[in-house]
Amino acid sequence: MDPADASIRAVDLSRSFGRHRAIEGVSFAVGRGEVVGFLGPNGAGKSTTVRILTGLLRASSGEAWVEGHSLAREPERVQQLLGYMPENNPLPEDLRVGEFLRYRAALKGLRRRREREQRVGELLVQCDLQRETERKRIGKLSKGYRQRVGLADALLAHPRVVLLDEPTLGLDPHQVLGFRRLVEGLRGSLTLVLSSHVLPEVERLCDRSVILNRGQVVAAGTPAELREQFAAGRTYHLRAEGSPAEIGDRLRRVDPTLCREEDPVEEGGRVHHLRFSSGAEPDLSPRFVEALEAAGAIRLHAIHREEASLEDIFLAATRPSWKERQRPGRAEDHPAGRGGDA
Amino acid sequence: MRRFFRVLAHEWRCLWLSPASYVAGVLFLLLLGLLYWAILRGFTLLPQEQTPATQFFRLFWIPVFFVVPLLTMRGFAEERRTGMLERTLTTTVRPVQLVLAKFGAVYGFYLLLWAATLLFPWIAVQGTSLEAGRRLLYDLPSLWGGLLFVAVSGLLFLSLGLFCSSLSRSQLVSAILSFTGLFLVIAGSRLLLEIPRVTPDAPGGFEGPVRYLQVFEHLLDFSAGIVDTRPFLFYLSGTVLFLFLTTVAVARRL
Repeated sequence: MDPADASIRAVDLSRSFGRHRAIEGVSFAVGRGEVVGFLGPNGAGKSTTVRILTGLLRASSGEAWVEGHSLAREPERVQQLLGYMPENNPLPEDLRVGEFLRYRAALKGLRRRREREQRVGELLVQCDLQRETERKRIGKLSKGYRQRVGLADALLAHPRVVLLDEPTLGLDPHQVLGFRRLVEGLRGSLTLVLSSHVLPEVERLCDRSVILNRGQVVAAGTPAELREQFAAGRTYHLRAEGSPAEIGDRLRRVDPTLCREEDPVEEGGRVHHLRFSSGAEPDLSPRFVEALEAAGAIRLHAIHREEASLEDIFLAATRPSWKERQRPGRAEDHPAGRGGDA
Repeated sequence: MRRFFRVLAHEWRCLWLSPASYVAGVLFLLLLGLLYWAILRGFTLLPQEQTPATQFFRLFWIPVFFVVPLLTMRGFAEERRTGMLERTLTTTVRPVQLVLAKFGAVYGFYLLLWAATLLFPWIAVQGTSLEAGRRLLYDLPSLWGGLLFVAVSGLLFLSLGLFCSSLSRSQLVSAILSFTGLFLVIAGSRLLLEIPRVTPDAPGGFEGPVRYLQVFEHLLDFSAGIVDTRPFLFYLSGTVLFLFLTTVAVARRL
């Protein structure tokens, strides 16, 4: 990515807590208007990276730019350009929603009362917090509404970049859906970075993902690029009547890389559910259909091609660490940063 | 500056929303009311050398030991625990502005509590028709001197309390630290006089500097209408030191 097009650019960011290196040599770029997911297991360095970008932590080495402004040299300017919703979304329980947002608007540099009122009004509507909710004490709100207040706060000062740290943590499915709609509504108008380990969430919302593991970037790219790198090939699911061995033979004539992933599951009569993995990139389903139709003793009921999910990619990218964690006697990661999610 | 006043107003409002402030206020006025009543009762039984106001302000340490921790323990400890501190510092508010705003708010509340004790002599005066009694109750030099002492020493005590609050995520731990710190400042200097090297006769003793730290002696001077610059210097320099340390702690221990 051309540095001039990057909304966020981090080069060789490192941060140590005592002897523990929370992140080391983290480099990535986020384009303007992109929605990027920051993924990683606990202790991977997601929160540390996000907190460095917000200016809350200083990097031990390396440099980062937000909208072309250096975090080290122009921290105040960067803070004006950033909106941030921290993990667990801390809010003052005793204040009312409108009151809190007006106060925050003043802190974020909206100087004139009219300007503040207008912006808070816009966000109350956008985040569906108007009327009774605006007058409610934050402590009385449900978790879903608290997340909306947190998002409204992050958006107050017309930021160009918004960092959301675990935004859907602890929400029920309805609340997740509502929050996802809100974030979808922001797509294109600003750069969004979601730090999360809720993989389906990231997969649905993000254009690209950056995967961190043990303090380093282990993968970055669009879902297609990540699939290419970590989970090349496809999985085919078939429901067919006939001998599983013969079905396998017929299909392998079309694609020699095909492997049966598990034993066939009998679904009643002679119908079997079979699962094959293929190293070939193009969709071979039509050719498989032709090959099976040509065999008189086989009757195909359904064929379905499945791409590797972000979860598969994530597991593939972070596998070494997972294996290390299983070793007996391995010390837990240093709980650097809040919640141990450094 | 505008941002500082904005945060100050917010902190002032939050103090009025906090149950700890009401607990502190009620306990403070109840306890001091009882003490004032006991002092007046003492006057009815025996002749006294000091005015009721002087005797009253001599007991300043009793409320200070619980009011200061109660008012300051929430300051940074709670915000650090919940993460609100982190959220505030992602705006353009600087740690020093935040520290000064929190300090300003608790100091204002502390002064308000002490100012409310002026009601005690007023209530007592309503109950007496003796002119001498009225003069004794309204002895202005000891009243204003005592209040001035409370106002000046409060700067140091509250800044110490806020500093303790910035050291921990737990309100309880910060309250205990604050209590211990106050004990050392108020009573510790007196205990120092018990050490042989600081007694007046000891060769090379450092009684002078230790006398300079005697909080109770400062109070007696103030109550007698003697306004010396040395106690001011002591309290103000201590306040600046603790506020500086608090700012460093807030900025570094994120």
